[in-house]
Amino acid sequence: MALDNKIPQGSISSKWTDYKDHIKLVNPANKRNIDVIIVGTGLAGGSAAATLAELGYSVKAFCYQDSPRRAHSIAAQGGINAAKNYAGDGDSIYRLFYDTVKGGDYRAREANVHRLAEVSVNIIDQCVAQGVPLAREYGGLLDNRSFGGTQVSRTFYAKGQTGQQLLLGAYSAMNRQIGRGKIKMYNRHEMLDLVIVNGKARGIIARNLVTGEIERHSAHAVVIATGGYGNVFFLSTNAMGSNVTAAWKAHKRGAYFANPCYTQIHPTCIPVTGDHQSKLTLMSESLRNDGRIWVPKKLEDAQAIREGKKKPTDLAEEDRDYYLERRYPSFGNLVPRDVASRAAKERCDAGFGVNATGEAVYLDFAAAIERYGKEQARIHHLDENDPKLVYDLGQKVVENKYGNLFQMYYKIVDEDPYKTPMMIYPAVHYTMGGVWVDYNLMTTVEGCYCIGEANFSDHGANRLGASALMQGLADGYFVLPYTIGDYLADDIRTGKISTDLPEFVEAENNVRSMIDHFMNNKGTHSVDYFHKKLGKIMWNKVGMARNEKGLNEAMDEIAALREDFYKNVKVLGTADSFNQELEKALRVADFLELGELFAKDALHREESCGGHFREEHQSAEGEAERDDANFSYVAAWEYKGNPREAVLHKEPLVYENIKMVTRSYK
Amino acid sequence: MNLTLKIWRQKNAKDKGQMVDYKIGGIEPDMSFLEMLDVLNNELVEKGDDPVAFDHDCREGICGMCSLFINGEAHGPDRGITTCQLHMRKFKDGDTIYIEPFRAKAFPVIKDLVVDRGSFDRIQHAGGFVSVNTSGNTQDANALPIRKDNADKAFDAATCIGCGACVATCKNSSAMLFVSAKVSQFALLPQGRVEATERVLNMVEAMDNEGFGNCTNTGACEVECPKGISLENIARMNREYLSASIK
Repeated sequence: MALDNKIPQGSISSKWTDYKDHIKLVNPANKRNIDVIIVGTGLAGGSAAATLAELGYSVKAFCYQDSPRRAHSIAAQGGINAAKNYAGDGDSIYRLFYDTVKGGDYRAREANVHRLAEVSVNIIDQCVAQGVPLAREYGGLLDNRSFGGTQVSRTFYAKGQTGQQLLLGAYSAMNRQIGRGKIKMYNRHEMLDLVIVNGKARGIIARNLVTGEIERHSAHAVVIATGGYGNVFFLSTNAMGSNVTAAWKAHKRGAYFANPCYTQIHPTCIPVTGDHQSKLTLMSESLRNDGRIWVPKKLEDAQAIREGKKKPTDLAEEDRDYYLERRYPSFGNLVPRDVASRAAKERCDAGFGVNATGEAVYLDFAAAIERYGKEQARIHHLDENDPKLVYDLGQKVVENKYGNLFQMYYKIVDEDPYKTPMMIYPAVHYTMGGVWVDYNLMTTVEGCYCIGEANFSDHGANRLGASALMQGLADGYFVLPYTIGDYLADDIRTGKISTDLPEFVEAENNVRSMIDHFMNNKGTHSVDYFHKKLGKIMWNKVGMARNEKGLNEAMDEIAALREDFYKNVKVLGTADSFNQELEKALRVADFLELGELFAKDALHREESCGGHFREEHQSAEGEAERDDANFSYVAAWEYKGNPREAVLHKEPLVYENIKMVTRSYK
Repeated sequence: MNLTLKIWRQKNAKDKGQMVDYKIGGIEPDMSFLEMLDVLNNELVEKGDDPVAFDHDCREGICGMCSLFINGEAHGPDRGITTCQLHMRKFKDGDTIYIEPFRAKAFPVIKDLVVDRGSFDRIQHAGGFVSVNTSGNTQDANALPIRKDNADKAFDAATCIGCGACVATCKNSSAMLFVSAKVSQFALLPQGRVEATERVLNMVEAMDNEGFGNCTNTGACEVECPKGISLENIARMNREYLSASIK
C-alpha cells in the first residue's frame, strides 16, 4: 500500500482553515448513534474523550490505571508552549512552527507542525476557562518562562507540575461528561487486541484487570492514545505501567509503525544506583539555566572520586572539565537535550564518570550560589567579600528557584545538593516515533486513529521541551474532533456494530490463547527478569550511540530473548483474577517484538539525526551528520509476522516553507 | 539489611484476609520502599508463591496510585512524600515492618494491598469541573485577570493527587480534605464561582453517599498528606457549604 499523508493543498498557513471549511459534518441527532472507543486517558485521550462526548458522540474510554487522573502526562514538570506572544518578544505561529521543525532536526511533517502551532493558542484559552491554575504575575495576567531551543518566552507553566494541572483539567472535562452519561469509563481495563471488520477498525478486546474477564467492545472508530514506548528500555522516566501494547496490537493488525528509533534521552536524570532500580527520575531541564556540568580533567581524580577517596569539592577549578562549555561555547550548558546527553556519555565512556558505576557527571550550583550571593550582597549593601554571607544569600536565591527539585534530589540520593554537586546521567524519557498517521491522525487501518505521544507526527527526530503537552492537548481537543467527524459522517446509517461478528470471536480467541500460554507455561523466571535483560540490550546497543555491529547483535539477542521468554517465563496466580504478573507478561511480550523493530529501524537509518546517533555518521569533532539526500523521509514499517521481516514504506518529507540547515550549537 | 515484613494478604474482596510474615535480606538503603517489595515479589515468584499485589505507577510521587499503610502511617514514616518516594534508609537492619492497605469503608480491598478508590472519581463526577465547552472558542486567556495570591492558593489546592492518604489516616475515614481541595480550587477562581453553589452541595452529597465519615477537626489528614494540602481548605468548604445551603 502506498502511503497517502492526505495533506491538504494550499499555503501552509491556510491548509487547516480550508480543510475545516470543507469536511463532512455529522448532525447532532446522528452523533448519538455513533460509538467511539478511546484507549488511554492522558492529555490526548482524556481531552479527546471529553470533546467527542461533548459534541454528542457516544464515547467509551479505557485506562489501565484505577482512574483516568493517573495517566503519566501527570508527571510532566516544566510547561506547555503556545504562540500567544504575551511577552511581546516577537513570537508568532510561524516561529513556533519553525522552532519545532528545526528542533526536530528536519524530520517532522511541515503541515502537521504548522497546525499544531496554530491551535496552541486555543489550548491556553481553553485551560484557563476550565479553571487550570497556571502561573500568574502580580497584575493578574499569565506568566511565561523560556525553554531550550528557542529565543522567546512562550512556555506557560504551573510551578513544576504543569502536566498535573493540565491533565486534571482534561480529567475534569471528562468527569463532566461521565456525570452526564456521555462517556462510559472503563478503569483498570487493558486493550489486548484491535478488531477489524471489512477493513475498518470496529472494536477492541479488553481485559478487565480486576476480574480477569475478557470483554468485547464495538464502535465505529477506535482511537489509540496510550503514550510512548520508552519502557522497552526497562529503565526510563515513564510510569511502571506505561506500555506499547495497544499501539503494537494495532500495528500487528495493519497500522504502520513509524521511526521507532527516534528516542529522546534526557540529559538530567538521577543516575542508576544498582540492579534493584525500577525507574529513573527526571530533574527538570530548567536546572541547566544555573547549573554547570563537569567531570574531572584527570583520570586519576575520577578514579579517586569513584573509590570515595576524593570529593568533588576537593578538586580545584583548573582540574575540572566543563565539557559542554568547552565544546559548545555559544550555547554552553544549554545545548539541546540530544547534544547534552551524548556529550555526557562520551566523557563517561572515556573513564571520567563520577559515581560507583562510572555513569554520572556533576551538575554544580556553586558558581550560581556565589554569583547570586554577591548580587544580593550588593543589593543590600552588605560585604560581598564575606564568603559565608555570600553563600547564605546565594543559597536562598537558588532555593527559591529550584527548592522542590533540590528536595526531591535529596530524598532520593541522600546528599545535599547545596553543599556538593548533583550527580546526573541521561535517561530514556520520550519517544518521538510511534504509529504512523496521516494528516487526519488516522493510521493505515481505516477508522483507527492514533493521537499524542503514541503517534509519530510532530516532533521529528527530537522533541523540544514543553512541546509534548502541547501536542497531546492539540490532538485531543482541537484536531481529532474535526478529522474524525469527516470519517464518521459515512457511518450514520451503519447502526450498532455487533460483537458477535466472527472477527470479534477470532480476536478474543487470539487473546485467550496468549493468556493461556502464559498461565500454563511451567517457566522458571519472573517477567521482570526478561524485561531487565531486554532493557540492558536496548540501552547498551540501541541507546544513545548506535553502530552497525551492535544493532545487528541487538536484533539477534532480542529475538533469542523473546524465544527464551515464551519458553521460560513464569506467571503465577490465575487468569480470572487480579494478576499483576500476567499484566506485565502481556506487555513485555510486545516490548520484545518492538525492540527488534526498533533496532532494525536504527540499523537502516544510515545517518545521525536528533535522538538517533550512528557512530559511523559523525564529524571529526564527534557531531551528528545528517544525510538529507538519502534519509529525508519517514520510515513507516509494515508488520509481516516477524519484526525483522517488517517492510519499509517511505513517506518523503518535503520542506516548502523552511530551509533545511545543519543544526549547530558551537 | 535484613527485615521482617508483616503484610496484609487478601485474595479478593470477599476473602477475610490476614497478616502474613516474610523474611527478606539484602535490602540496600538506596532502594525505594516499592523496590524492596519488587525484590520480595521476585523471590516469591521464583519460589512459586503468589506475589503481593500493590498499586503503583509513576514512582515519582505525582500520579497518586501508590498507597500503603506502613507501620501505622499512610505512606510511611517520612513526611511530604508518597510511598514510592520512601527510601529504605529510613529503616534499620532487623526492623519489623507492618504493611497494610488504606482502610476505609469507601475503599474496599480488591486484593492484598490494592483498594478500590472509585468513590473519589464519583465525587468528582458530581461537580469537580467548570461547565465550559472544550471547543477552544472561549475568550482570550488574559481577558480574565486573577489576583496572584488567589491563583497561587487555587494551585496549592489543585496539587492534590487523590491518593486517599487523608481518608486512610482519619479516624472517621472522612474525605473532607480531598473534596475541599477541589471545591477550594474552583471557589478561589472567577471561572469556578459561577457554579459554586451547586458544586459544593453536589460534591458533599456524593461524598456522604459513598460512606465517608465526618470531619471532627483532628487535623491528622493534613499531617499525612503527601502534598501538604492545608486544613484551610476544609474551613473554606464549610463556609461555601453553609452559604450555599441558605441560598
